[in-house]
Parts: sequence; C-alpha cells; structure tokens
Amino acid sequence: MTSQPVRFYQVGSFAVGNRLFDKENRTVQSDPHRSNSLDSGHRACQGCGEALGARYALDAAMRATGGQLIAVNATGCLEVFSTPYPETSWRVAWLHSLFANAPAVATGVAAALKVKGMQDVRVVGQAGDGGTVDIGFGCLSGMFERNDDVLFICYDNEAYMNTGVQRSGATPPAARTATTEAVGAEPGNVFGQGKDLPRLAMAHGIDYVATATVADLHDLEAKVERAMQFHGARYLHILVPCPLGWGSAPNDTIRVARLAAESGIFPVFEAEHGEVTAVSPIRHREPVESYLSLQSRYAHLFGEHGRPDIVARIQAIADHNISTYGLLEEQAVGTGSNETSP
Amino acid sequence: MKELPFAITLEVGSSHANRTGSWRVERPVYVDRMPPCNNACPAGENIQRWLYEAESGDYETAWRQLADDNPFPAVMGRICYHPCETTCNRAQLNEAVGINSIERFLGDLAIERGWPLPRAGSDTGKRVLVVGGGPSGLSAAYHLRRLGHEVRLVDSAPELGGMMRYGIPAYRLPREVLVAEVERIIALGIHVELDHTVHDIESERRNGGFDAVFLAVGAQLARRVEIPAGDSSRILDAVSLLHRTAEHDPPLLGRRVAIYGGGDTAVDAARTARRLGATDAVIVYRRNRERMPAHGDQIEEAIEEGVTMRWLSTVSRFEGDHLVLEKMRLNDKGFPEPTGEFDELDADSLVLALGQDTDLSLLDEEPGITIEEGVIEVSPAMMAGGNGIFAGGDAVPSERTATVAIGHGKRAARGIGAYLAGQILVDPPCNELATFDHLNTWYYSDAPRTRRPELEQARRQSTFDEIFGGLTEDNALFEARRCLSCGNCFECDNCFGVCPDNAVIKLGGSARYEFDYDFCKGCGICAQECPCGAIDMVPERI
Repeated sequence: MTSQPVRFYQVGSFAVGNRLFDKENRTVQSDPHRSNSLDSGHRACQGCGEALGARYALDAAMRATGGQLIAVNATGCLEVFSTPYPETSWRVAWLHSLFANAPAVATGVAAALKVKGMQDVRVVGQAGDGGTVDIGFGCLSGMFERNDDVLFICYDNEAYMNTGVQRSGATPPAARTATTEAVGAEPGNVFGQGKDLPRLAMAHGIDYVATATVADLHDLEAKVERAMQFHGARYLHILVPCPLGWGSAPNDTIRVARLAAESGIFPVFEAEHGEVTAVSPIRHREPVESYLSLQSRYAHLFGEHGRPDIVARIQAIADHNISTYGLLEEQAVGTGSNETSP
Repeated sequence: MKELPFAITLEVGSSHANRTGSWRVERPVYVDRMPPCNNACPAGENIQRWLYEAESGDYETAWRQLADDNPFPAVMGRICYHPCETTCNRAQLNEAVGINSIERFLGDLAIERGWPLPRAGSDTGKRVLVVGGGPSGLSAAYHLRRLGHEVRLVDSAPELGGMMRYGIPAYRLPREVLVAEVERIIALGIHVELDHTVHDIESERRNGGFDAVFLAVGAQLARRVEIPAGDSSRILDAVSLLHRTAEHDPPLLGRRVAIYGGGDTAVDAARTARRLGATDAVIVYRRNRERMPAHGDQIEEAIEEGVTMRWLSTVSRFEGDHLVLEKMRLNDKGFPEPTGEFDELDADSLVLALGQDTDLSLLDEEPGITIEEGVIEVSPAMMAGGNGIFAGGDAVPSERTATVAIGHGKRAARGIGAYLAGQILVDPPCNELATFDHLNTWYYSDAPRTRRPELEQARRQSTFDEIFGGLTEDNALFEARRCLSCGNCFECDNCFGVCPDNAVIKLGGSARYEFDYDFCKGCGICAQECPCGAIDMVPERI
C-alpha cells in the first residue's frame, strides 16, 4: 500500500479560512489584521458584490505589495458609495478623477512614480463595467497598448447601477434594465456580440489577463498575487453581482456569482501574453436556469408566460463557453486542485 | 458635518461615522445546533466535539472529550451499532463519517499510550451499591466515582463485563480490549465483589448502609418455547451457547446447526456456530429480511461468512435429524401468519434465540416498584422507586444494546447524584436539530469514506480472531476531517471573509466571532454562506 500525506482539510480550500492550514497558506481575508482597504461605513447596498470584490482584490494587492499601493478609481458606484463627502471608506492611497479617464490617470501616477524613482509603489486602476467597457475604454486600450505598469481591475455588475440600472456594453442578453425593458418579442437586452473585455485585453497581447468572481476567494487572491508579479499592463475582470440591478436577494450575492461560474455563463480563467493558461474547472455543473431564476432581471423568462426558447439560447452560450474554455475537462481527473494542495 | 474645502484629502477611517447598522431589518446571530450524531448517540457522547479535536490531530484531547461521557471508547468502537452514522448528514453527500472507526482508533491509542480516565471526585461521604457489572453498571460506577460517591459493584459472574464478556463473541470484541477498559474504571477506586448474587435488595442495602442503589442486572434468562422433539434432538439456547463459548467450554453442536430467531443474538449464535465448525448454520426466522430486528451490517457479515437464512418459517417440531418448518406469510399489517405448508431442514442441533428476560426476584420484597412486561419502570432520571433505587440497562424498557446501557449508567449516576443532594435531575434545554437543509455543502470537499481492513474470509469462518482491523493514523485523521460540523461553528472564517461591510470581528483562538452591529446592514450573506448552519437571521424589533 502506498502512503500519501494527509492533505484533506474538511472544507478543503473552498471556505475563506481553515484552522487546520499553515499560516502561509491562509487567505488574506482570513487574517484578522487584513488591511480592510474598503472599510465599514460605506454606503453600498445590502449584500453589495462590488464592495466585497473591491476589498478582496485590494487587500490581496496590499499584501502582495507590502502596502505600497495607490488605487485610481473611475466614477461609478464604487466611487460614490465609498466617498460621500466628507467621509471616505478607503484605507489605501486612493484617487478619483473622472468617469472616462481612470486608466489614463493610473498611467500618469505610474509615470510619476517612475520619475521619482519609487517603482516599489504599485498602481491599481479600478472601475465598474461602464467605466471599463464603455466610457473608459479608449483610455484603457491606450494603457494596454503602451504596456503601462498598471493593474486595471473591472468590477463587472453588468449595467450602470449607480445611475439607475441602465444597460452597458457588458449587459448580458435578455437581461432587463431601465433601458432594455422586458417587452416585445425579444424582451430585455439584445443578443448581440457583447463586449467581452477579457478577450479584448488578451488581443492587446498584454502580460496578464484573468477573470474571477466573488464566489471563489482563493482563486481571486491568487490572481491578484500573480498579476503583481508582472510589470506592465495587466487586467483583472471580477464578476460582482448587484442585488439592486439584478433583482437578486442580498444574501444570494455569492451564491449567484458561484452559479454564474458553475453554469459556465461566466468562464473563470487566466491568460498570459494573449494565451489562456489555466481555467477554473466547474465543480458541480448547473443549468443556466439555476443562475437566471434567482434574478428578477430575468423574471420574464420564467413562469406562465415564460420564454424557454430564450433560456435555451442562454444555455447555448454557457455550453459554448464550457467547450471553448474546457471548463469540464479537469473533472475527468477527479478531485481538482482544491482537494490536495492547501 | 465637518466644514472642509472641496477636492481634498479625506481622513482615513472617516466613514466610521456612518453607522450603517441602522439600515438593518434582520440581524445575524450565532447559534449552536444539535448535531444529528450527538442527538442519536445513546451514550450521550459529544461526538462532534471529539471529532473536532481529532481533526487537528490532538487525539488525547479528543479521547478525553469522548471518555468524559463514555469510559469504553475501544469497546464501543467495535460493538456499537453506531446510530450516529445512520443519521450523519454526510451520508446525503456521499457516505456517513466513519465515527465508529475513529472512536476505535482513539480507544486503542488510549490503551496503547496508557491515558488515564479523569480522577474520582472529592469524597461526598455517600455510598452507592451497583448491582451488575455489565456496561450499564460499569458506566454508572465510573460516573458515580467522578461525582465523589463511594461505589460497591457486585456481580454474580466470576468476571466483570456482563454481556460484553459473556454475550458478545470475541471476533467482535477481543477480551483484552474489554479487560483494559474495565480495569481503567476499577482503578478509580471501585470496590468490586464478584461471584456474589444479590437475592434481596433491601437487606443487601441495609447491611451495607448504602444511600442509593443502581440495578443493572441485565436480561440473561433465555426465552424458551415448547418444541416437540425426539429424544436424540439437541436443543439449546443462544445465551448459554455464547456464554459457554466465552468461557472456552463450547457445547457440541454437530455439523448442521439451525438457529431460531431474528435478533442480533441469533446472528451472533450463527456466526459462532460457523466458527465452532458447523458446515451449515441456518437462521430460521418467521418474518423476512426487512423485518428482521438484527442490524443490517451484522446480517451482511454473517451471510459473507456462509450463514444462510430461512425467511418466513417457524419451527414446528424437531424429528431426530431434521426440523419440520412451517412456511409463513406476512399479512397486511406485516404480521406472520401460518400457511399450513411444511418444509424440512436437516439439523443436528437447534439453537433458540428468541429473546431474553430479566431475573427480578431480588425485588420481590421491595414496595413501590412497578414491573411491566418483565422490566422495571423508571423515571427520566432512571429512578425506579421513591427511596433511591435506580435501574438501567436491559432491565428497563429500551433497546437492548451495550451503548444504550452505557447511556443509562451515565444518566442514572446523574440521577443518583441529584437524589443524594436532595434535588431532581433537570435536563438543560436541547438545541434545535442541525438538519441537512441548514448546511451549505458547496464548501465541503468531496471525500469518500475510509474503510477498515477486514479479516480474510477463510480466517473469519474458522477462528474467533477479530474481524475488523483499526484505522491507521492517516486514515483516522482523514475520516475525522470528513465531519461537516453540522450546526456548530468550526471557525472556517467564511462569515468573517464574506461580509461586504467588515461587520464580523474575528476573536481568534477558539473564541469564534462577533458581529459588529454598528455596521452590519443585515444582508444575510454570512448566514447563507456559513457551511455548517451556525448563523440565524432574526428580525429586528423596530
């Protein structure tokens, strides 16, 4: 009989912490002395996925940089709810300018640090999906193309939530927003190409591109950590459910994010130099219906006058993602990386 | 609001002025629920807690936690029918946690390393007589000593252990394990008197000056039925078969043995007959497998060893070298009815395993005690009469297993403790049961169960060697970590991590967490994402 070292930890590495782990293998979020980059008292809605995602990402970046971090923020929910004059919730050097120019401001901060010889101080740019895929896209593309030393993070909640849930270039098909009503033959947002920013970022050939959700903290923190090992333009796209705009229960924020990944509707992967290098395999595959039915922005697809045909089209998108990214492949091997390595 | 110029640096921590807790309509609260394993344990073990200690590899603390309720971990880890595993929530994910195997691992380790039981309590000056040295009597003696009472333990047999010694075959419970755990209890300073039969409890009590009595006399009288039989037919009962086998003086059974009955004793008798050389060991039972009272794993192991079954049959008569069986059928209510059809079964001997009765003649002179259907009626504190007579084990109405008896002993010891202090035993309120729907199982790793190594078939049929080996340390640790910790925080940090408002305070050590209600908006993510269901959302009174 071959003996194997015991590497099973009850909740594996799925939960935030684990008393059975070595200190080095624990998450930033399990540390009682974590930086809490986005602190209590902010005015985000109950169960805000973006507030959670921002703290996860910036706390990880703070650990990766030893606290030597400057964050540049575009206009959006994150900026509005964190800094209602004269209060701030940030415990990180933080700068806000305009909706469109966060990537350019971040570039400028990085350039200034270089001039001052302070290259140990790292720069993060951050915005919602509106500030990233629509309004700030020109500046962002330029930042990528010049390979400026900035990690840009998009907290994607799939619409302009701050101003009242208007559609953005990241709003998914069939979703109801204030500007895509659930009426007519094709209710909700159109089935277009969408604006797949992680793919667009990869097309720029930058060092590092990754996606993550607030449902998998270990993965998210590892990606921030990895991103900080590169100098140059990097992009991280985090799915952050919005109870207000998605019409999901505040306590379901993480569950909805988890179902987005487990259904394949939101592929979680990382890419280096334009090539996909790793994917997070689906652990327990779910039909898209489990994901959609928790959100009232898709309520018109279900019930008596439901639209199973549209649900089937959305399922086809998920299936396409699963085959494109190979999201089920590692399941054949069995346990997945979470089981064995702390 | 402070007057500040526009577009300027804002003070770090200034958002703490905004007490978002006022938004809340529901508040999260930490709760502890009753895990199904603990709830099911007849011995009242805090199983989840000792598994928690074992998960970190601190086996000594785990064993101490276990032995706090039950002084027989190594015995229980072998013979308990583990109702804890039957109710384990992990079974709904893949397979139940192998609680019984871990218990055995801890019990064996304790014997190997010589870990002592907790010491006797400081002397109360009270004297208690325990009649019967089986699991119930020994358990009571152990708990009474820890409460500081003087204990005199008497038994009519030459050795302690009761049915654990004279009923349960050695292939399930090696005697050296039993002896080790019994001796550890006796070492707490219990006065033992063997080969001593109590005939009249009142005079025994008066002569010894005892303040209370615990009766754990068991059920050792085999029930008989009249079976017409020829002169050469050999009929004996299972209790004496097992008893004599335990004393290394087994009766002659012949090669073809029929066992009449459907309980665990019948199965033990059949498997013992196989080991004594019977080529055919056939259990004759009047109902079918589903309705057989013996435990399923015991039946399976017996069949693996070559024991066969005649379902839906009763024994009509024994004619020299064969039995005449009448075929039965189950009526609508599941009761067996005779069909008038007959069958034959070759047999050299017939073993009756039709249940046991209790010899309660020692209570003949005792007023105020109710005996119903051959067993003693007791209060929830195990008190049989108003004057300090308590009873437990097989002598009171209950399921007759060693684990139940051990639980009775513990309960009676507490009841006696309360009685001697002039109080009435009051149970603390019970927490709500942690059912499967309280769990968020996504967070648990998928992990199959570790199986104990089994003795090879050939050896099993011919020897009384123990069938199951123990877990290795690696396996025991793995198995312990399969526990879901249903209903009780195990400090996974999920609530602390998933709060969008940093409104959970991690206290560290084993002090768990606290909510910061100044900032908690009541979103409920913590409750939803708690793997083990240890957070409830309760409405705020507004």
